Amino acid sequence: MLNIGQIEEGFVLDHIQAGKSMSIYKHLGLDKNEDTVAIIKNARSNKMGRKDILKVECDINTLDLDVLAYIDHNITVNVVKDGEIVDKKELVLPKEIKNVIKCHNPRCITSIEQGLPHIFVLADEKNEVYRCKYCEEKYAPKDGSDI
Amino acid sequence: MRHLMNPLDFSAAELDELFDLAKSISEDPEKYSRVCKGKILATCFYEPSTRTRLSFESAMLRLGGEVLGFSEASSSSAAKGESVSDTIRVISCYADICAMRHPKEGAPMVAASRSGIPVINAGDGGHQHPTQTLTDLMTIRTLRGSLNNFTIGLCGDLKFGRTVHSLIEALMRYTGIRFIFISPPELKIPDYITDELNAKGIEYEEVIRLEDSIGDLDILYMTRVQRERFFNEEDYVRLKDFYVLTNEKLQLAKENMMVLHPLPRVNEISVEVDDDPRAVYFKQAQYGVYVRMALIMTLLGLEVQNA
Repeated sequence: MLNIGQIEEGFVLDHIQAGKSMSIYKHLGLDKNEDTVAIIKNARSNKMGRKDILKVECDINTLDLDVLAYIDHNITVNVVKDGEIVDKKELVLPKEIKNVIKCHNPRCITSIEQGLPHIFVLADEKNEVYRCKYCEEKYAPKDGSDI
Repeated sequence: MRHLMNPLDFSAAELDELFDLAKSISEDPEKYSRVCKGKILATCFYEPSTRTRLSFESAMLRLGGEVLGFSEASSSSAAKGESVSDTIRVISCYADICAMRHPKEGAPMVAASRSGIPVINAGDGGHQHPTQTLTDLMTIRTLRGSLNNFTIGLCGDLKFGRTVHSLIEALMRYTGIRFIFISPPELKIPDYITDELNAKGIEYEEVIRLEDSIGDLDILYMTRVQRERFFNEEDYVRLKDFYVLTNEKLQLAKENMMVLHPLPRVNEISVEVDDDPRAVYFKQAQYGVYVRMALIMTLLGLEVQNA
């Protein structure tokens, strides 16, 4: 079993679907700052079989929970302070997400207009359906791209 | 500032006010003939649509205003690569209101978010065409006296026809409406619409032949069945005549049924039908001008007293 040291202040994102941790790493912008990050892939899990875990040592006010909720709202977010878990955050699907996913509709204005943010709006909470704010096309991830 | 992107942008009560105004204009056009004096409508058409553009221009001219614009992207600065956001900022300096047609879906919404003047979506790709829906509603309301309690048959290409989708969504807000969808299986109404009808408990039926249901209808909304929508020629040849309205089929219909069509018509309604009093599609084009006049006045916040 691989051992990773505990963090003093930051987050432990647990129960990430196996294989999704790198995508979360990217979408949380962790590749753009100097925080200490541990990525554990394919850890054994009683609940999930295999799972990913992300440990991030950072200021606890900096995490974008909306993005995280969009990617997978079943992720457990443990908030760590002074080496102890002080809070567990519940993730709720965001009403709107900006510049996380891209509209793939070739007829959408986002395909030609420069500098236009890609905005998706939660259209059906039960079925977790997001639609492009501009063309209302349902978001369908392309294999190997986006999330 | 108010824009019109989607027919549902206006509440049912606001639409009633708009249609009352359009009715008043139709009854006494002279009274409104100077209400937009000194105002300019910009028609920014990034793809050709002569009918819609001329309807907007006619509406503004009949209100005493002026028009300027372009009728295809190649004659605008878009050909040089200018963004919609930049274009509308400039147009806002030249005009008081803008009607925009664009092949890209959502383009008028982007324009509205950057605009200093009201923007009307005059059609964006296969997405929305709200003034066509307002025209359809206005026609039904004027000729039937109400937007409640009727059976409407929508016939032809129900899969790709955006005017059909917008009209159904707009009619879902009224009561006592029963829908009959008449189309070949290849062009049936999308599931997201029938799901919505089911969720709201609205009655509907799907049939293949027009003759099977025409006798039940108060309104028949015709659309064109295009050859290129079919997977093979054989199916097209087999089915195409089901969706052509002739005097023979019209004999099966009620005496007071109305036939609507967003136009242009190609061959889905025989010309012999034009003389039948139930054919109201040319009146519909006239109501399209009145409703656009009412819309321009509403978005500019003008009343007839200002004339």
